[in-house]
Amino acid sequence: MLEALEMPFFLHALTAGVLIAAAIGLIGPLTMANRMTFMSGGIAHATYGGVGAAIFFGFSVLAGAAAAAIVAAAIISFIAYRYAHRADTAIGIVWAVGMAAGVIFSDLAPGYNVDLMSFLFGSILAVNVTDLWIMAAFDLIALAVVWFYYYDFTALSFDPVFAKLQGVKTQFLHFLLLGLVAMTVVLSMRLVGLIMVIALLTMPSFSSERFANSLGRMMLLSIALSIIYIITGLFLAYMYDLSSGASVIIVAAFGTIALLLIESMKIKGFSR
Amino acid sequence: MSGYAVELKGVSFSYDGDTVLRDISMRVEKGDFLAIIGPNGGGKSTLLKLMMGILEPERGEVRLFGKEPGRNGASIGYVPQETGHNLDFPITVMDVVLMGVLHKRNIFRRYDAALRTKAKEALKRVKMDSLSGRKISELSGGERQRVLIARALCGDPDILMLDEPTASIDFSGQWEIFELLEELNRKMTVIVVSHDMSMVMGFAKHAAYVNRSVVMHTIDAHTRYQIKRQLGGHEGHYCGAEFWRDMGKKIECNEECRHA
Repeated sequence: MLEALEMPFFLHALTAGVLIAAAIGLIGPLTMANRMTFMSGGIAHATYGGVGAAIFFGFSVLAGAAAAAIVAAAIISFIAYRYAHRADTAIGIVWAVGMAAGVIFSDLAPGYNVDLMSFLFGSILAVNVTDLWIMAAFDLIALAVVWFYYYDFTALSFDPVFAKLQGVKTQFLHFLLLGLVAMTVVLSMRLVGLIMVIALLTMPSFSSERFANSLGRMMLLSIALSIIYIITGLFLAYMYDLSSGASVIIVAAFGTIALLLIESMKIKGFSR
Repeated sequence: MSGYAVELKGVSFSYDGDTVLRDISMRVEKGDFLAIIGPNGGGKSTLLKLMMGILEPERGEVRLFGKEPGRNGASIGYVPQETGHNLDFPITVMDVVLMGVLHKRNIFRRYDAALRTKAKEALKRVKMDSLSGRKISELSGGERQRVLIARALCGDPDILMLDEPTASIDFSGQWEIFELLEELNRKMTVIVVSHDMSMVMGFAKHAAYVNRSVVMHTIDAHTRYQIKRQLGGHEGHYCGAEFWRDMGKKIECNEECRHA
């Protein structure tokens, strides 16, 4: 197992795992508290449209994915605000149309293509040093945004109507949050895959919500859990030659269930 | 400057083409304790939200202390309906109360010591200061409602507006909340949406019956006193039917209702 640490590609994957965990741990709790899981799923799948377009037209996949993700976030944020009662329908449409565009672009793309499956399910071979720098930079940006708007996000998550009454720009924060989700999705794409990233946004947050008493602690716990899940998942992916995203998600699912059991035993213990 | 806390002139409002409120004109004096009552879907919460400026009237105008409500949001102490918040969200009592001074944070968007002191004082006023570090989801319905009132008080409001503050609280909890509101009413105007007639009749000075239109009623001090005494004497077993019976209406109150 430890010989893996001598492989540069695996060290890159591990470093990326930690950097992604930081972003996921910061953003995941906010998406869950604001019931944005389905919206995040829509953004993640629509991002595939950008990947397909980038391959077809031959420009950078990262740029294509980022552009598609931001556009999807803007559309979803607008609809969720204007037509709240039809938001889930609209998100479902963005979800499927984005995906369909990606598939068609890659069908039409000439010649033999890069492994498109790796964008959906993640690959430990896919991360390079430039990716690591971009991820690190995004972590810093996400941290700065969350720090600056910390109490605004807290108010938005707990009681949006009151927050608005107190002058919090709730619509702006809603879009900002989906924008951060979009970037997190794009940067997690290579390692975890577009389809898998939603589960990683929710599972650590779901567990940490029960153990934390503030948004900040919920984020710290989520980061810690994400690091554990991703690193464990990557080692398993290396050892058994699995898709890294799928392996991370299965590890996360076991961890989440284990924490739920521990918590329910704790509650039973107290009531005795 | 008018001498009224709230003034509505010919206000109409509809949701998706359904008229909820039609041509409402009413005034609420400064220092009043007004209860907004009426059937579900009759427009109680809508009326309150119009007064606060959360909703804008389709026709007519709303004045809050003589100005448009949106322009002096800071002076409103709003206590929303319980269902509006995310109770799973991890947040302490103290952080909830601090939301009441969200708009007064410093340039780093942080609360400084003076605001924290203010939040502590607000918690003391509702007798919840001992639980300030507790997670909001661990409190009872009545305790949570007191915290939300503290949050509203934290911003030094001129007027307190509550939307069904006692909807999911037992009798003694409701009684305590209304007693607290009565005490706060000595210093500020209080408007409360409530479906609990007995509490309203025991504490409010005026009642506005809302069902598309509004009818104002005055509850005189004598009535309040009598009803309050009756409420107090029933130690938590006081149902709507008993209330109306005591009011002189003949309604059968069976065994089940007596213990409801």
